[in-house]
Amino acid sequence: MLIIGEKLSIIAKRVREAMMNRDKNPIQEIAESQWKAGAGMIDANIGPAEDNGEGLMEWMITTIQEKVPAPVCLDTTNISALEAGLKVHNNEWGAPLLNSTSNDPERFPVLELAAKYNCQVIGLTVGKGGLPADAEERAGIAAEIMARGMEYGVPMENIFLDPLVLQIATTQDQAIKVIETIKMFQDLNDPPMKTVVGLSNISNGCPKHIRPILNSYFLSFLIYAGLSAAIADPLEKEVMTAMKTTDIIMNKTLYAHSYLEM
Amino acid sequence: MAYVIPKENFSGKVLEMTLGAGDKAAVVGGGSALPFHSFEGEGSTRPLIALEIQDVPPSDWPDEVKKQYSSVSDDPAGWAKYCQNDLGAKAVALRLVGTHPDRENRSVEDAVGTVKAVLDAVDVPLIILGSNHVEKDSQVLVAAAEAASGKNCVIGKAQEANYKTIVAAALANNHKLIAMSELDINLAKQLNILIGQMGFSSDRVLTDPMCSALGYGLEYTYSVMERIRLAALAQNDTTMQPPIVGDVGMYVWKIKEVMAPETDLPEWGAIEERGIAWESITATSLMVAGVNLLIMRHPKAVEGVNKTLDELT
Repeated sequence: MLIIGEKLSIIAKRVREAMMNRDKNPIQEIAESQWKAGAGMIDANIGPAEDNGEGLMEWMITTIQEKVPAPVCLDTTNISALEAGLKVHNNEWGAPLLNSTSNDPERFPVLELAAKYNCQVIGLTVGKGGLPADAEERAGIAAEIMARGMEYGVPMENIFLDPLVLQIATTQDQAIKVIETIKMFQDLNDPPMKTVVGLSNISNGCPKHIRPILNSYFLSFLIYAGLSAAIADPLEKEVMTAMKTTDIIMNKTLYAHSYLEM
Repeated sequence: MAYVIPKENFSGKVLEMTLGAGDKAAVVGGGSALPFHSFEGEGSTRPLIALEIQDVPPSDWPDEVKKQYSSVSDDPAGWAKYCQNDLGAKAVALRLVGTHPDRENRSVEDAVGTVKAVLDAVDVPLIILGSNHVEKDSQVLVAAAEAASGKNCVIGKAQEANYKTIVAAALANNHKLIAMSELDINLAKQLNILIGQMGFSSDRVLTDPMCSALGYGLEYTYSVMERIRLAALAQNDTTMQPPIVGDVGMYVWKIKEVMAPETDLPEWGAIEERGIAWESITATSLMVAGVNLLIMRHPKAVEGVNKTLDELT
């Protein structure tokens, strides 16, 4: 189970200010703390980055990898910023992940990049027409993304399908549909497609003390359904506990009394 | 269509480490394929076989193995030298069994003297083992580790009840460490976690999941070792990646099959062959399960294992 550390996001004030001032310290500190807590990859969310997104993505990746020996998840809608980032990414610790393509023609160039740089890419199962209604619709979109991936020459093992997690507080019926989707995604290919979710989205808008509870229970169900990666906060103890414990129960890691400390 | 051999590719590995110092230092472990699955990738280096010696004459060993060392076994240094120079041992394991309170109850100082004498006598890697008495070992092994400082020995065995002092001594004196648990894979992992939490890096640990002789629970040892290797390779479990120790000799040379006289059981065949076969078959089986360091007693059994290894590798 791969945890992609979500905390380096332009939405957070401290991160945004550090990005604007090109202040390395806060970025490296947050990246390092996530890596130490168990993140295998660090998400760098620079937003739409319309103004010199290339320079910002390059700076983010080199700044993170200066301190953390892990690949980076490049998170922006700016295609040329993605490519600029790929050029400076150090692949020594694994291939980078592009966040993201979808069934929207505007996002197809991301697949082109994934093929050109032989890196990994998230396929968000949404199209141009709005949010998917259920598991079947998500699986249908996933199949289209996979077909397009083949067309562009992206190997199936490089695609992480993302069912799009919605907020429990506004669209409660979608949580179980996302779990069903992950289960359904397992049958789209042999070996099964990789899958990823933006975990914390489930509890967006909920009270602070409720969020880790919702995140961690939801993660357990998703791992059971076959999830391979989650963009989440590794410093949220409940989430890491849920992940490690579910892996133990599913016999994916060997039990020892101190398994939570690993 | 031509038959394609199905192959497993593992993400994990077995940790590689050097034992001993100087020209005769040896490397154990390494690789990222199951033992002898050379068609799937590079496996561990050839298992290292250490001949066992003791700090006191081996009064409790059966005659068939005792007589191999009758000219040297009253002097540990001479015994060690004989193993290295005459028998060509690539490593020596000194068991300080005489320190056990129920045996000769030798003092810590006596044990240190023996360790120093043996270290002066040989230059192959030395494995220093206690008497398996939890309290006494934590005194004897700490002193032995200090006396052997800088020689990159293997110190053992650290168990759940006494690992802290022994780990600290191995850490302070730059030795490798044997972590032993009793035929329980989960406890083997647990002990390695606890040792790691003391700041002792896993590339200096050897796991001893406890041995057993053919006919006396070998299948338990086998399956625990196999499971350890699979956790290391298939699940990339870093706590299960240290090399594995098989302390074979002491478990073989006490069972009925190697001791019963031919006069009592003529149908079992020659007693000498029986013991040698028993020790080499036990050792060979455990090599297949994943053992990287073997501790053995009979020179002819070692010869047999080496012959098998030559043919398999």
